Amino acid sequence: MRTTERRRKEVLAVLIIIYLAIFVLSFSIGRFPVSPIELMRILLSRILPIEKTWAAQAEAVVFSIRLPRIAVSSLIGAALALSGSIFQIIFRNPMVSPDVLGCSAGAGFGAALALLLGLSGLGVSLSAFIAGLAAVMIVWRIGSVMKGNHILGLILSGIMVSSVFQSATSFVKLVADPENELPAITYFLMGSLAGAGKDELMLIILPMVIAFIPVLLLSWRLNILSLPEEEALSLGIPVRMIRAIAIASASLMTALTVAVAGMIGWVGLVIPHITRMTAGTDARTAVPASVLLGAAFLTAVDTASRSMATSEIPIGILTSFIGAPFFLYLIIREGRR
Amino acid sequence: MRLETRNISFGYGRRRILSEVSLLIEGGHIASLIGRNGAGKTTLIRIIMGFLSPDEGSVLIDGSDAISMKAEDRAKAIAYIPQYSSMVYRYTVLDSVLMGRAPHIGLFGHPGKKDIDKAAEALAMLGIEDLAERPCDELSGGERQLMMIARALAQDARILILDEPTSSLDYPNQLLVMETISRLREKGYSILFSTHNPEHALMVSDTIIMLGMDGKAVSRNPEELLDGRELSSLYGRKLCISRIETGKGERIVCVPE
Repeated sequence: MRTTERRRKEVLAVLIIIYLAIFVLSFSIGRFPVSPIELMRILLSRILPIEKTWAAQAEAVVFSIRLPRIAVSSLIGAALALSGSIFQIIFRNPMVSPDVLGCSAGAGFGAALALLLGLSGLGVSLSAFIAGLAAVMIVWRIGSVMKGNHILGLILSGIMVSSVFQSATSFVKLVADPENELPAITYFLMGSLAGAGKDELMLIILPMVIAFIPVLLLSWRLNILSLPEEEALSLGIPVRMIRAIAIASASLMTALTVAVAGMIGWVGLVIPHITRMTAGTDARTAVPASVLLGAAFLTAVDTASRSMATSEIPIGILTSFIGAPFFLYLIIREGRR
Repeated sequence: MRLETRNISFGYGRRRILSEVSLLIEGGHIASLIGRNGAGKTTLIRIIMGFLSPDEGSVLIDGSDAISMKAEDRAKAIAYIPQYSSMVYRYTVLDSVLMGRAPHIGLFGHPGKKDIDKAAEALAMLGIEDLAERPCDELSGGERQLMMIARALAQDARILILDEPTSSLDYPNQLLVMETISRLREKGYSILFSTHNPEHALMVSDTIIMLGMDGKAVSRNPEELLDGRELSSLYGRKLCISRIETGKGERIVCVPE
């Protein structure tokens, strides 16, 4: 029985190494590559007295451009993967993704509306964030009316509210100026980290940490939420309260990702599957593992998106190209079992 | 521990399901709940577990009102083993049994060594310690049911409530579960199980609670049912009840006429 415990620690150690390797490598790839050794020296120079042997430009690239962007991609990847994992556990359905409660659709509408009104940067992010959370609150309110099956109520109202917000986004696109606003809205909804910098990092870092902490603390109890409701209740845990905390945290994470990076699909669906395949189902391991895998995956894909072509490819397109075939593979594999 | 219900009544709208149902299960006793489909067996179990509130009546654990008890305290006293647990994800047997420790672990806590030892002890008590690392979707029906019982044992509750524990099992596994229930009685557990098979009820029960379609319950010990009249009336079929010698003691069997 100790072997499982040891294996859990080993898996997490391997995932930390993979993440760190991708973190370092993503500095060395791009229009201004910074080698791993140089990167270490630049990073350490902030806390240790190290002789400056690098160009001032390298330091500016590391601290002003690449570090904020890698931090944002890591946070967003972690948030998408973790919120996907949470929703898949509490809705007892491995096909559920972070947008199940209408959060992405709401946030997408908020961003589109802000762009239509001529806002930019933080204005767009804040509008997306507020609309994303508003969508989840509406879903929660409607879902609560259905007394018998709370989870079914949430999923059905999630579909309905998503549909309304998607229609509203289409309407915004219809009335948007086709020269400037429409391309901006379309590009934003494709999902991109091109604009991710220090401001975006500062906007999301604190709420992200606030959303991550309760989930990490409650991770073992999330396992119990994956049981049928009456079984979970019979174990004496406050099922509804834990579920509400988990949904609030996951929705906050999803709204923040859309606010900063637009719609990045598939990460929240596929990474939880890969997590279960590599780290097992126990949420004590799966929660930190999905954070690490999501961060590693999105940072790697973002590095590819900014370096594969002369102009940056929206990351949402790349995650779809990778995620959809992988999901097809999962379906075929499951069918063969 | 003693489980008692006093005058439980329950209905959906105008339809009366249970009418003044009283029962008593002492420590080290097995009670079985029998009756036709729709007689209210599962409803009564759901009320005892606190999933449903009765219209009238009370549920008592060692004389204390279970309905107003804190969920955590109730879970320390009474454990529930469902008919079938549909686990969506591939937890190992050990992880699944560990979930039974939830009422003993703080809200933000994780299971520690003591909890893992308790879970291992529960597996050993049922002789399934070899299954600890096995994913639960690779278990047979019988093994799965034993895993669920192990979870209830890890919960440290002295009252076990089993809802049709043999309904989806093949014959050898049905016997295995019945024998397990019987062994747990010897360890002092108070057990209530519902079943569609009167033979299982006659095989292990100290008390048989017959739930009629009128919502009323009648408690008898197996000896009192030997003439077959009450069981025949309960099921609407003429049944013969008889004692037979198995070589390892007497058994009461039930066959249709």
